[in-house]
Amino acid sequence: MKVLIPKSKANKGAVGKTGLWRTSKPVVNHDKCIKCVICWSFCPENTIFRFEDNSVGIDYEYCKGCGVCANECPVNAIEMVED
Amino acid sequence: MSIIEEKKTGSNLKNLKVVTANEAVALAVKCARVDVVGAYPISPQTSIMEYLTKYVETENLPIEIIRVESEHSAMAVAMGAAAVGARAFTATASQGLLYMAEMVYWVAGSRLPVVMAIASRAMGAPWILGNEHTDIMLPREWGWIVLFPEDNQEVFDTIIQAYRIADKTLIPVIVGLDGFIMSHTTMPISIPDQSIIDSFIPKNTPKPYALNTENPFTHGNAVSSNLYMEFRYDIFRTIEEAEDLVDQVDREWYELTGRTYGGTIQEYMLDDAEVAIIVMGASSGDAKQAAMNVRQKYNIKAGVIRLRSIRPFPVKRLSRIASRLKCIGVLDRNMSPGLAGMIATEVKFALYELENRPIIQAYIGGLGGKDIKIEDFENIYLELHEMMQGKRKVEKVRWVGLDLSAVEAYFEEV
Repeated sequence: MKVLIPKSKANKGAVGKTGLWRTSKPVVNHDKCIKCVICWSFCPENTIFRFEDNSVGIDYEYCKGCGVCANECPVNAIEMVED
Repeated sequence: MSIIEEKKTGSNLKNLKVVTANEAVALAVKCARVDVVGAYPISPQTSIMEYLTKYVETENLPIEIIRVESEHSAMAVAMGAAAVGARAFTATASQGLLYMAEMVYWVAGSRLPVVMAIASRAMGAPWILGNEHTDIMLPREWGWIVLFPEDNQEVFDTIIQAYRIADKTLIPVIVGLDGFIMSHTTMPISIPDQSIIDSFIPKNTPKPYALNTENPFTHGNAVSSNLYMEFRYDIFRTIEEAEDLVDQVDREWYELTGRTYGGTIQEYMLDDAEVAIIVMGASSGDAKQAAMNVRQKYNIKAGVIRLRSIRPFPVKRLSRIASRLKCIGVLDRNMSPGLAGMIATEVKFALYELENRPIIQAYIGGLGGKDIKIEDFENIYLELHEMMQGKRKVEKVRWVGLDLSAVEAYFEEV
């Protein structure tokens, strides 16, 4: 007998492009950024890239726009902008 | 066949024990070589866990009994154990089942073959310990197979059958038993050789759901709306198709032990019957006695349709049986407020398309442990016989043993 079991493997976008849920998006001001990567460690969805020089970028395909990164940034280098 | 009937026929009785139905459950769990039990007490189920704990302590059994803080967690334990491929068991009743409900759904949706016993009991308010079937009827919508035996021997045998059915369908199985009437009364039961049980429910069945570190995956992640209905359909289809499986597993058990219960339905005196009562659980014994009595006293051709499987609901079997009958009474020991009993509403749905559909009368009785006597069943047969002859009108539902004068003083104006 064949049965359907709701098993799932961890992979990127397992629940679809969650960026579509967003109403406002974080925008990084690289002039202000001090490369502390606090935003990268706080992002609940792992949608912040961390580059070799510790500068950061945001994956807008999956960022839900929760604003945690903007809230945690110690130098206010991330601004939430209407999407 | 109950042990007493078996004794009459002179069958070979092996390893007899005189036990309550709760101890029969615990013995079956032991014989099924269950690995993990989620344990939380609630009347009238509590002694199942007490017996199991005793066996583990005194016989040094490799069963992990995990004591938890609620029924919700008891089922979570069973789910976690089943998810890694262990054989899991838990038991509850009444309020406990309601509190557990969320996890009961998760286990079914994850297709984990857990087996649970429910010692059925009414639900508050008002606070009550008495036996009825509302709790056991609710999970028929929750994605489980729900079986309901009649006596202590059948309780033991049905727990064993339940693991076979669960392992084959990846649908979890509930085995109900009448609280107090069975859970706390003793009967002799025969325990088959362990080798028979081991061959009937081997532990090395395919377990595609079992988590493993070589090939990591998880259960029950979010799906998009275009997939969810397909998963629900697969549960629907599997339980629908299990109607034949429940019959088949009961026949296979008969080959090994000489005991059979009819699978989804036990038919009693139906060969030439014109009127029959559909009934579940321990009350079936009284219904059978009443059928015999009205045959002798009034020459009414009476029989009993004992519903042994609530899910799968045996539509095919019931249709075949009903097409030979003229009038059916359905005794529900539960109620769907303002409508009728839950079994009666399903019976009417199942038989609606039948050519020469019999008259169907819904009855509600025995709620909260109120006694239903043999005379009550005899009276139902007399009413059904009158309906068959056109001397009495069918009503939406008739209540058995309802006595509003007992609560007259409590009525208040609103």
